[in-house]
Formats: sequence, structure tokens, C-alpha cells
Amino acid sequence: MENVIEIIGIEKYIYLSIILFCIGVLGILYRRNAIVMFMCIEIMLNSANMLLVAFSTFHQDAEGQVFVFFTMAVAAAEVAVGLAILVTIYRNIGSIDIDKLKNLKG
Amino acid sequence: MNVTILLLTLLVGAIATYLSGKKPAAKVALFFGLVAFVETIALICQHNAGTDAGYMTQWIANPNIHIALKADGLALALTLLTTALTPIIIFSSFGDHIEKSNTFYALVMFMCFAMTGTFLAADGFLYYIFWELSLLPIYFLALLWGNDTFEIRKNVIFKFFIYTFAGSLFMLLGFIYLYTKTGSFLLHDLYNAQLSSTEEYWVFLAFFLAYAIKIPIFPFHTWQASTYEKAPTVGTMLLAGIMLKMGLYSIIRWQLPITPSAAKEIMPTVIILALIGVVYGSIVALKQANIKRFFAYSSLAHVGLIAAGAYTLTLDGLKGAVLQMIAHGFVIVGLFYVGEIIYKRYQTRMIGEMGGIRQQAPKFASAFMILMFASIGLPGTFSFIGEFNLLFGLSQVNIWYAIVGGTTIIFGAFYMLRMFQKAMLGETNTIVFADLTTRESAILGILAIAIIFLGIYPKPIADLITPSLVEIVSYIK
Amino acid sequence: MDTNVILLLLLVPLIGSLVNIFFGKKLGNGSGIIATIAVLISFIVTVIAFVQVNSTKVAIQGDLFEWIAVDRFTISFGFLLDQLSLLWLLFVTGIGTLIHLYSTSYMKGDENYAKFFGYLNLFIFFMIVLVAGSNLLITFIGWEGVGLCSYLLIGFWHKNQDYNDAAKKAFIMNRIGDLGFLIGVFILAFLFQSLDYMTIKEALATGTNHQINTWIGFAALAIFIGAVGKSAQIPLYTWLPDAMAGPTPVSALIHAATMVTAGIFLITRLNFVFDLAPLVQNTIAIVGAFTSLFAASIGLVQNDIKKVLAYSTVSQLGLMFMAIGFGAYEIAVFHVITHAFFKACLFLGSGSVIHAMGGEQDMRRMGGLDKYMKVTYITFLIATAAISGFPFLSGFFSKDEILMVAFENNKFLYIVGSIASIMTAFYMFRLVFLTFKKGFRGSQEQKNHLHESPLSMTLPLIILAFFSIVGGAINLPGSNWLNHYLQPIIVKSTGKAHELGTEAYILMALATAGFLIGLGWAFYKYIKNSEVPQEDEKITGFHKVLYNKYYIDEIYMVIFVKPIYVIATFFRDFVEVALSGTVLGLGKIADELSLQGKKAQNGNIGLYLFAFVFGICILFYYLFIAR
Repeated sequence: MENVIEIIGIEKYIYLSIILFCIGVLGILYRRNAIVMFMCIEIMLNSANMLLVAFSTFHQDAEGQVFVFFTMAVAAAEVAVGLAILVTIYRNIGSIDIDKLKNLKG
Repeated sequence: MNVTILLLTLLVGAIATYLSGKKPAAKVALFFGLVAFVETIALICQHNAGTDAGYMTQWIANPNIHIALKADGLALALTLLTTALTPIIIFSSFGDHIEKSNTFYALVMFMCFAMTGTFLAADGFLYYIFWELSLLPIYFLALLWGNDTFEIRKNVIFKFFIYTFAGSLFMLLGFIYLYTKTGSFLLHDLYNAQLSSTEEYWVFLAFFLAYAIKIPIFPFHTWQASTYEKAPTVGTMLLAGIMLKMGLYSIIRWQLPITPSAAKEIMPTVIILALIGVVYGSIVALKQANIKRFFAYSSLAHVGLIAAGAYTLTLDGLKGAVLQMIAHGFVIVGLFYVGEIIYKRYQTRMIGEMGGIRQQAPKFASAFMILMFASIGLPGTFSFIGEFNLLFGLSQVNIWYAIVGGTTIIFGAFYMLRMFQKAMLGETNTIVFADLTTRESAILGILAIAIIFLGIYPKPIADLITPSLVEIVSYIK
Repeated sequence: MDTNVILLLLLVPLIGSLVNIFFGKKLGNGSGIIATIAVLISFIVTVIAFVQVNSTKVAIQGDLFEWIAVDRFTISFGFLLDQLSLLWLLFVTGIGTLIHLYSTSYMKGDENYAKFFGYLNLFIFFMIVLVAGSNLLITFIGWEGVGLCSYLLIGFWHKNQDYNDAAKKAFIMNRIGDLGFLIGVFILAFLFQSLDYMTIKEALATGTNHQINTWIGFAALAIFIGAVGKSAQIPLYTWLPDAMAGPTPVSALIHAATMVTAGIFLITRLNFVFDLAPLVQNTIAIVGAFTSLFAASIGLVQNDIKKVLAYSTVSQLGLMFMAIGFGAYEIAVFHVITHAFFKACLFLGSGSVIHAMGGEQDMRRMGGLDKYMKVTYITFLIATAAISGFPFLSGFFSKDEILMVAFENNKFLYIVGSIASIMTAFYMFRLVFLTFKKGFRGSQEQKNHLHESPLSMTLPLIILAFFSIVGGAINLPGSNWLNHYLQPIIVKSTGKAHELGTEAYILMALATAGFLIGLGWAFYKYIKNSEVPQEDEKITGFHKVLYNKYYIDEIYMVIFVKPIYVIATFFRDFVEVALSGTVLGLGKIADELSLQGKKAQNGNIGLYLFAFVFGICILFYYLFIAR
């Protein structure tokens, strides 16, 4: 089977990953809705995952893909905990707008 | 037999005291204190017979840390001071009503353990641990059992804790730097560390800050008087009698031999600072109304002279310093006890509210007088031996140092006699002052006899410390 | 054998003292007897030792044990009984015994009777240590020890704060001198690597180098300062008159006959050091002469019987110092001994008077006591004649020799000394006339109380009066026994035996004339014109200055004591606060910084995230792009 990397080229994956990551970062910075911010974090994580997979194939080394599984597992756990926290916050203050969450100020 | 047994005795003593419950706590602590004292005597005999009582084993391989305990004459002399004073201090508080007495006495024993460890440790890291450990018990003793309201006391004790702790951190920095240079914390390796003169200079200063605050040397003394005032008398005795000596001892044991050339260079400055402390402490003492603050400032003057003597780098100065440390330990514990006795009878620590006691309590007055004259270095008391050596050491460096330092014998007489006159003499006080009880006479008697005996025959102590000091001086030269 | 003698000499008074202090209450009146016997034993031992040393010419010495070891030498707990120390011990223990005996009656009924004897015995012990020490530091133990006893005994009646003030003042003033002593000790130790008198003497005998010569002057000066403190010379003399607050036997023993002569002892002991410091010797002579005149002038107008005697003591000590300054150590020692006899007699006599008067010390309230107290009067008169220089009494010879030496060395100081002597004759006879002659001026109650003292008080008076008469025999011009006796001690003497030539006779005649002037002046004023000194408020002019002792105490108060208190208050209220504030300020700075810092922590998650991303961008820029 032909190597996918030879068809598309590693640099394309890198560009895509950078674009996805920047979208994630900008989303985090500009959006105030906690759920959207969560999704942005997932985008950032997945951009990194994609890059890991791409390089894994490029180097003919499976270690990168192993990492991705770990990352996904951790992300899943994080989402579970994070969403639970969000639900609790919503119950308490009736909103998930992060601008309203200022209780931890110094 | 080696010194680990002594340390274990004290540690076990602390735990046993805590577990023993409130009633027997004092007795248990006293028992372990006396055992430790006997062990110290045995160790000294063993040392004099020529057996080394030191101990060394690897503790942590990386970083290279040892449990190293060096039991030379110098360390044993200070250990003797600690273990001799601890039972006396514990005994002096017998019969007092103390809340949670098991915790109280356990802390006293633990402090004794930590201070003994500080004197014995021959590994920089271990030494630092003991050094800081000794601060914790006194913090709680002063905080929980001190005088005055909790709020006022808290501020003072907190300041004391942070101040001394902050100083010590600089010492830790110094040790870490030395470790990067030598790859070891062992005393012996540090003595032989090859440092450039700038490096020595900074290490010296780092150590100096820690010791200057602990001793305290002018102008780092501001914690002293208020802490002494607020701490319970047992704590004050531990602080003034033993803990101050940790700083002085460390100068001789650690600072000078590790950084000899920096010490030579900075010597005039630190001696002058210490001598300022002598004069300053004496003068401020004149106008103190509270007897504990009064003793605190007299202590500032005395330890100033000791520090000045230690920094002369001469054998006589160092010897005088060690002798005077021990003498001052006995005398100041006795004096604080005298203050406590008056407080128990009159419920006041204000010198102005006393007076006319001598007529009613001749035994007490005599004991007080012996301690007072010992404090001002009357020949025939142990303090004179130390003071003579100190001043002689100072005179070898510069006769003016000896003259300025010597003013302590004038000022000392001035403030002490003045205080004594106000507190003890004059028309018989209208409030009845019961003379000493058996326990009180026993404690003051032991102290007085020790002070006078060693003043006439100081040879046992002097012979004990001289070889170690000769060795240290050889490193300095 | 030697150490046994020394131990016996030392321990007997020490044990006597401890017994009296600790078990005195149980002994009752026995404590006085025990104390007296203790001193008597010391006296007998001294006499035996004296006879032995005088015949064999070999000093008794012994080191008990090693006391202090310093870097390059050791100081032993050693004692030396040679001609000088034995001479001193003879009169210390001899007069000491008499005064102990006297005190058994004088102090009777005092609530701290036993303690008094405990302290007195302790004083004798320390005095023996002082005199018999074989090195400077042992002498220093005794030196400070007698100071301690002096403190305890001046403040013996400690309910009276004035007495306590006097005791404190004596101790502190002495300590100023003691610092000088110590500094001298350090210099000598530095120069000779020893503090042993004999070692230093030998080192100096075998030749001196230049360096030693410059430093030895400082050592001599420092030790002289020590002597000034202990022997009450200008400027440290003010404690001695105040020290009269103590019981009268104490004044006789400590503040007249023995302790205050310690300075002279020390300088005589170190005569080989002082010989090398001519400048210091000149200073000593000048200080001595002026102290003598100064104190005598104050003594002229004092009305307290003991104060007069106190100033007289200071004045006589000044004369002794003058002799020492001229290098005439034997003559100073001669005067010390004769002075010890007649001054002890005078003090004990005044004690007898005070005893009879029920504690009254003001001469304006006395008068006419000769009718009531014959023995006291006669002995007092003899001692007065001796101190004033009545021909052929002891004081005549010793004082005459001092003036003779002064005449040979420095005519000006001779005149100063002579004036002081005339004044002495005046104020001493003034004292006798006011106390014993004319009518009684006290209250009726006091008059009824007047009585002669018991035998245990008059016996010491008689013995001392006897020695005041014949004491001069030890160094009569011509025989000069004392000079020969002290020859081994004094290396280079200028006070060599005087030829009994014309000059000597003229000087003696002049001294006698001076005595007659003083006597006549006093006789004219107080017997012929029956004057009585004015009451305090009426005193004016220079008389008032004299009466108030030139206001020296007040001046010291303003110059030294008050400023120290002011500085102490300043330190306590400002410097302490400032230092403490600095430390607290450091804490405050940390506090303030964190207060400001926490404002950045405003809880706005968006801002945090922005800072986070921005930070990472900067980090990446520096890590990857700027490189």
C-alpha cells in the first residue's frame, strides 16, 4: 500500500494542524461560553493528535499513535469532569458565561 | 557508646512525655532529661579516656548527605550545657499549673533534642535540619503558653519566627552553594573547600546573617526583648540559656573554619558591630522597666562580647567565647528563674513595683546576689574566666577593642546593681514575700555552686574544649 | 609545708565567713567570737610566717593548682608570702582582729549580727588573697572581692536607699579603676607572657628592649588607674566619703586601714614596672599631692565626724601616692602602716562616740564628751596628734619622710603637701575640740545616754593608740629597719635612708611648725573663741563651695550619669523603635507587594487565557524565531 504521506505531503498536515490550533486558540480567547471554549480546547488537542499521527506515519514509528490513544483517553476523562463541573456551575449561577465566574479573584 | 544514644534518649523522652498524659508529664520529662545528663557525663568521660563517640553513616546517596555526628570536646561541652540546663529548667517549672502539660514538656524535650543535634551534627544538611527543628518547639511554646493576650503575643512570636527563619534560609543557600563546590555536606569536606575570595565573602555573609539574627548581634536584635517578654519563663530560659549559643557555637564550628580569609577581612567590622551591641545593650538595659526585658538586654550585651571574642580568631578569644557561653547559660537561666520567683510572689515583672524584698527573704536575696555578681563577671565566678579570656583575646587584636569591650564590667555593674537596688533593697515591702521553698533553693543552689566551682576550678571545661579549638584555629590560620 | 601555711591562712577566715553567713542565726552572739578567733588565727599564722621569712630571707610560695590557661602561658592559683605581703598581712590581720573584737560590742543587737561578721571575715579572706597572690590575676580576685565586701558592708543597712546608693557608687567607681587594672594586666601579659610578679621582675632585670619600654608606660598608667579607683584619688575619690554609710568598724577596717591601701600595695608590688615609666610616676606624684590638698580643704569644713575622717583618709592616701610618685616606695609603705594604726584608732574612737551619742554623727550636736568618755578621749587625742604630726609620734616620722622626699624632688609639690599637712592638723584638732571640749550641745536625751564604751571596744582603742605612738619605731631615721626589710622587694629605691643632717633637721622643724600652726588655728577658733560651725542654711560663699565638696558629685552627675540616662532613654524610645521598625518595614514591603500583585488576579478567565497565550507566543518567539 502506498504511503499516504507521499501522496499529500507532510507539510500539508502541518499547515492544517497549525490552522486548527489557531482556530482553537482564537476561539478560547474570543468566546465566553464555557461549552464553546471546551470545544476549542478539543480542537487544539485534536490538532496536536493529528500531527502526532502524521509524524508517526512519516517516521514509520507506531509510538506516536500510542500517544494519541493516551491523549484521547485523557481528553475524554477531562471532558467528563469538565462537563460535570459546568453542569454544577450552571445549577448554581444559572449561566456558563465565564465572565460571571469571578469568585477566584485575589 | 556513641552520641546517637543520647539523641535517641531525648527523642524517646519527648515522645514518652507526650504519651504519658498530663499528670506525670513533668516527671517523665525530668527523668529523661536526667538520663540524658548522665549519658553526657559518661560520654565526656569516655571522650577524656580517648574513645571517639562520634557516629557517621550515609543517609542519602544523591545528594550526598550523611548522618554525621561529631563528638569532640567543643560539641560535648555545649551538649553538656544543654543537657545540664534542661532538667534544671524542667524542674524549675514543677508545681506550676500548665495547660496540656504533656504537650508542653514534650516540646521542651524535643527542643532539647534538636539543640543537642545542632551541636553534634557534622554534616551541613543534617545540621540545618536540626537548626530549624529547634525553632519549631519554641514557636509553639511561646505562642501557646506565653504571657499577655494571644493577639499581642502572636504578632511578637510570629515576627521572631519569620525573622530567625529568614536568616537561616541564607545559611541554607550558603550550604547549597558549598555543596555545588565540594559535592559534600560533610564538615570535614567543607573545611577543605577551595573557594575564591569573593565566594568566601558571600558565604561568610550568608552565614553571618543567620547567626547574627540568632545570637543576636546588634542591630539584628529587635526580636529578642519582646520575645523574651512574651514567652513563658521556661521558653525564655531555653532561648537565652541554650538557643543563643547555637549561633555562637556555629560561628566557631562552621563559619570561621569554612571561610577563614573572609573572616580575617571582615573581622574588624563584625567585632565593632558586636562591641556596639555590648555598649548599646548595657545602656538600654538601664531604662528597662520589665525585668525580663532587662535581662534580655543584659544578655544582648553579654553575647555581644562573646561574639566579638569569637571573631578575634585567636585561641584565647575562641576559648573565652565557649567558656562564657556556658557561664552565661547558667547565669541567665538563674536570673530568669529569679524573675519568675518574684513574679509568682508579687504577680508583677515591673522592677519599679518590687523593692524591699531582701529583708524578708535573705536566702533568696543571697542567691540573687550570687547570680548578679556572676553576671557582672566578678572574679571567682565562672563568668570571669570567660570574660578574662574574651577580653584578653580582644586585646591581642587591638587594645581599644578590649577597652570598649571592657566597659561591660563598668556598665554591667551599673545596670545590675541599679536593678538589684530597686528590686530587692529598701524599706521592707508591705506585701509578704515568702523565702525560697526547698525546690527553689535546690535549683538556685545548684546553679550557684556550679558557677562558683567552675570559677575557681575551670580546668575540666577548659581542658575539654581546648584541643578542638586548637584544631579549629589551625584551620583558620 | 608552704602550701599548708597558705591554705591555713586563707581557709580559716573563709570558713569563719561561711559558718557565719549560713549558720549565723543559730550561733547568736557566738558568731562574733568565732569570726574574731578566725582572724586571730590568721594573724598568728602570719606572725609565724613573718618570723620565718624575716630570718631565712626566703619567701614562702606555693601554687595550689592551675587556674586559667591561655594560649601561651598558664596562670596558676598561686600565692607568695614575701616581705611585702607579710608586712601587709600583719597589719591587715592584726588590725582586723582588733576591729572584729570591737565590732562584737558595737554591732550587738543588730538583726543581722552574724551576717555582719560573715562579711567581715569574707573581707579578710579577700584581702589575704589580694595581698598574698603570686600573680596579678590572683591579686585581681582579691581586688574585686574586697570591692564586693565593701559593697555588702556599706549597704549593710539596706533598708536605707541612701546607703544603698553609696554602696552602689563605691562599687561602680571601683569598677572603673578595675577596667584599668585589667587593661594593664593584658598589656603586661602581652609583653611578658606571664602574670607572675617574680617572672616579670626577672624578665625586666635581664634587660629591656625598646618596644617593652613604650608599652610598659601604658601598662603602668592603666594599673595606676586601677589604684586610683581603689585608693580613692582624684578623679575617682568621691565614693570614699559616701562609703561612710557603712557601720563604723567597716569604715575603720575597709575604708581607712586596709582596703584603700591596696592601690599602694599594688604599685609597690610592681615597683619594677613603674620605675620604667617616669612619666607615669610624675603623674602619680602630682595626682597624689593634689588629692591630698583637695581632700584636706574639703575636710576643713565638714561637720559629720566620719566625713572629716573620710576626707582625711583621702588626703593621707594622696600623700602616700606622692611618695610613690617619687619612687620612695618604702616611705609610702611606712606611712600606710602608721596611718593604719592612727586612722583605725580614730575611726573606732568616732564609732565609740557615735555609739555613745546614739547614732548622732554631727559634731555640732556634740561637745564636752571628754568628761564622759575618758579612754575614748585620750586615745582619740593621741591618734589625732599622730596624724597631725606631733613630734616623735608615728605620723610625724612617716609624714616627715614623705615631705623630705618631696623636698628633694619637687619643691612645688613639697609646698602642696605641707599645706595639706597644716590643714590636716587644723581639721583634726577642730574635730577633737568640737567633739570633746566645751559644753554638750546635743539633746537632753542624748546627754543621759552618754557613757564610756565597754572594754571590748576600748581595748582595741588602747592598743591602736599605743601603736600610734610607737609605730614610727619601725623606720626611725637612723635605723631605717623598714627600708632594709623591704630591700629585696624594691628594685630601685629613691627613698634611701636619709642622713640626719642639717637639712633633715630643718625640714623636721618646719613640719613641727606646720603642726603648731594648724593646732593653734584650731585652738584659737574653737577653744578661745568657742565657735561652733554654722547650720547648713547659713553657710555662704567659698565656705559653701567647700562644704558642698566643690560640687564634684553634682558635676559628675551632670556630666556622666545624667547623659547616660538620657542616652538610654533615647536608645529605648527611638533607636529601638527605629531598628524594630526597619525589620517590620521589610515585612510591610513584602505585604504591600503582594497586595499590589493580587490585583492582577482579578478572576477574569478571559484575561488569564489571554495572558497565557500571549506568554506562550513570547516564549516561542524567543525560543525559535529570535535565535
